[in-house]
Amino acid sequence: MATPTVVPIDKIIPHTVKPREDTGLNNVKIGIWLFLASEVMLFGGLFASYILLRVGADRWPRGEEYLSIPWATANTLILIASSVTMVMAWASCIRKDFGKYRLYMGLTVLGGLGFMIIKYIEYTSKFHHGYFPSTNTFLAVYFTLTGLHALHVLSGMIVNLYFWGPGAKMWHTEHERFTNRVETAGLFWHFVDLVWIFLFPILYLL
Amino acid sequence: MSLKAFHVVFVVVATLLMTGFGVWSLRHATGDGAGTSYLVMGGLALVAAIALVVYGVWFLKKTKGVSYL
Repeated sequence: MATPTVVPIDKIIPHTVKPREDTGLNNVKIGIWLFLASEVMLFGGLFASYILLRVGADRWPRGEEYLSIPWATANTLILIASSVTMVMAWASCIRKDFGKYRLYMGLTVLGGLGFMIIKYIEYTSKFHHGYFPSTNTFLAVYFTLTGLHALHVLSGMIVNLYFWGPGAKMWHTEHERFTNRVETAGLFWHFVDLVWIFLFPILYLL
Repeated sequence: MSLKAFHVVFVVVATLLMTGFGVWSLRHATGDGAGTSYLVMGGLALVAAIALVVYGVWFLKKTKGVSYL
């Protein structure tokens, strides 16, 4: 019986790992940026709706009337720190240091978990006070934007957890491809964090 | 755009946010009936802004050989 030969993925689908000479980009990077462009349109539409609702309202409450700024500050710092650990995880891939990679990727996942726990505390506090999306337009906007954002954080956590755990097998078989995957996950994570950087001031401070 | 380039953009935006938020909090802390929490948050935000600038410079030095594409 003949032994099956392993064909490099780039021979089957060109530029899966190696970038094209003319663009300098591989398929994965093109794909994630097209996806992020669609995400910009999604959040951009919601931000535009927020602006129109706000300028059209007779009275718009300040965020601090309903929301907890200290909790949101903690969440902002957590997400900024998790972006740093995400980049460190990618850098550890480039340096081929598996132990450091697992450490930084694990910290990134924990950062996401911390964010979600604080979001849970915030949401339950609102519900206990009788604040629901149906209470007023401000809270409807708040729950829509932060709820959608929290779903994105959860998605990023699932992807990062996969690359921390079972997905890390690829480290030993196709290291360059795995590094590209981690970079792609990092681009998504940074996008999610950047959305929060905009959400925090417009919902809580202004 | 590579993760390196996106990270640099993120650090710049985060620094601006932390600076703005720090100033906002400290101005709030001096208002009537403001709690010490605003003072703490303002201080934390400004420390974070400085830390981000230091980190950003360190990051750029460390990743000189990594492409922005």
